[in-house]
Amino acid sequence: MNAPELAKKQYLLETSGVKKYFPIKKGVLNRIAGYVQAVDGLSFGIFPGETFGLVGESGCGKSTLGRVVLNLQRATAGQVLYDGRDLTKLQMKEMRNLRRELQIIFQDPFGSLNPRLPIKDIMGEPFRVHERVNKREIDEKVIELMHLVGLDPARRNSYPHEFSGGQRQRVGIARAMALHPKFVVADEAVSALDVSVQSQIINLFMRLQRELGLTYLFISHGLNVVRHISDHVGVMYLGKLVEISLTDELYSHPLHPYTLALLSAIPQPDRAKKSQRIILQGDVPSPANPPSGCRFHPRCPYAQVLCRQEEPLLQGTGEDHRVACHFPLG
Amino acid sequence: MKVPLLEIRDLSVGFQAEQGILKAVDRVSLKMEEGKTFCLVGESGSGKSVTSLSVMRLIDYDGGDILSGEIFFHGEDLVRKSQEEMIKLRGYKLAMIFQEPMSALNPVFTVGDQIAEAVMLHQNKGKKEACQDAIEMLRLVGIPAPEVRARQYPHELSGGMCQRVVIAMALVCKPEVLIADEPTTALDVTVQAQILDLLRQLKAELNMAILLITHDMGVAAEVADQITVMYAGVMVEEGTVEQVFSHPYHPYTLGLLKSIPGYESKRGMDLYAIPGNIPSLAQLPQGCRFHPRCVLAQEKCRLEEPVPHDLGSGHMVKCWLSESAEMSESTAEKR
Repeated sequence: MNAPELAKKQYLLETSGVKKYFPIKKGVLNRIAGYVQAVDGLSFGIFPGETFGLVGESGCGKSTLGRVVLNLQRATAGQVLYDGRDLTKLQMKEMRNLRRELQIIFQDPFGSLNPRLPIKDIMGEPFRVHERVNKREIDEKVIELMHLVGLDPARRNSYPHEFSGGQRQRVGIARAMALHPKFVVADEAVSALDVSVQSQIINLFMRLQRELGLTYLFISHGLNVVRHISDHVGVMYLGKLVEISLTDELYSHPLHPYTLALLSAIPQPDRAKKSQRIILQGDVPSPANPPSGCRFHPRCPYAQVLCRQEEPLLQGTGEDHRVACHFPLG
Repeated sequence: MKVPLLEIRDLSVGFQAEQGILKAVDRVSLKMEEGKTFCLVGESGSGKSVTSLSVMRLIDYDGGDILSGEIFFHGEDLVRKSQEEMIKLRGYKLAMIFQEPMSALNPVFTVGDQIAEAVMLHQNKGKKEACQDAIEMLRLVGIPAPEVRARQYPHELSGGMCQRVVIAMALVCKPEVLIADEPTTALDVTVQAQILDLLRQLKAELNMAILLITHDMGVAAEVADQITVMYAGVMVEEGTVEQVFSHPYHPYTLGLLKSIPGYESKRGMDLYAIPGNIPSLAQLPQGCRFHPRCVLAQEKCRLEEPVPHDLGSGHMVKCWLSESAEMSESTAEKR
């Protein structure tokens, strides 16, 4: 890529101040008693052809964010720009047409496939919905898909329960790839798999990206996996992005105390790489009633008075590295 | 050498199926000492959980049969005990932590009552005293305001808290052996770090022997003293944590380590993947069970099951290559 082209490089997907609140209803009158602030004002962008890794603990809002960027759940506020269009403002019909470009792969290969359908129908469904094709053409396309993800086409009449976890995940991936999407959200897509199967599926993800030019939003709590597959990584805590950077930069120079604690908690099989463990006290607070100021302050070992009072903004500190902390680590 | 606290000798466990008896665990042996942590690692289906359930004799309720072998605890063979006798041991001298904290707790009783139950059953204490013990135990496992928490129900606690309650339940009678079956798998890394740290502390305080079952090589490396790697029901490698992680020998152990992102591969490059899948128990391969997936497999591996081979100071490996490798080394030395 030469210089002028680089300068023109634009985000494929960009959010600005996107929020998703879920109302909490109480009492016989179902009055709204408050809101769960699952995603609270996130702004970030994903370049075409890259993998953006999103990490954080359960309950931090990363899955909700994945659904909001695909407009599977409409954002409460803010914009989600895909290819220059604001998804949150699209009509149902326009959105439906765009769906073929935007796909999602779920965590649970057991729960996300209909147990009553043979896998050829599961993988053929996108064609029936979006394309005018006859049965024979669908069959051909399914066979092609199965080759693509490394499944034996002879087994297309089998049902999901006849497949192992890894194979089922391949079915889920095949279904998402059916309509040649551009942008794919992988929501904990490898978390439920054994390590040897997991490495096969990660390799599949990377191969598909090379061959089909895909852009991934890769959501996972597996920090090793995210490091391996991502170009950029964002760290979420309690509905907020606390740090974003290039993968190597983030893992080698974390600036947010939460990122540092998270990284230090990765169990390390290589005994030479062992580092000082930081054990965070307590649990993640409830997103219905987040702490004042910096949301991490009650668990932060470096918290000061300012952290309790004022919320830090996500600010750039250097080349492609942004952090939301009053006293970033240096 | 000290007399082991718990010793498993040549344990084989099978399940009755249409095709006959399927051996889920085949001649597994283990020696556990007090104050030490033993790890069983391997993928799902390798027989780790069946081994642990057999020690507790809970396998009887899952349709499994102990086909042969002995499990010695204080010189008595647990395999020969009746369930009535086992009930007196379970939750008292032998305790277990299960994987899913939410489903291991009864939703209709308060957590305090559930912990106190074991105390009343095994230590002949009254309800009031037992509840006091339960609160003390909750404090020990690091739950803030234990008096309040003891009166709450499982759904009112977070996943990490529930796992602490399950640990408290297992430890309230100060067991000698604790079996933890994937205790942190359902938890986030930060909570996992808390729980592993807690287990380490409690092990030192109570001088327990811990049998930890995990598929995460990272977790095993963090907490184990001794490691046993299992594959398709058999032990393939065994040794101290130092031996197994610094000098892994069996191609399966090596494969497991190399599949971990970041272990040796560069970011964005293809990860090492062990070819194929774990075989089903009904169709176990001849010879070495790992040979169809092993890149180094030779003729002998296809035909004969390897015998345990000691690489020195207790580092045991079940692989034909280990013998030929050593032989070639020693012959090289002679020359």
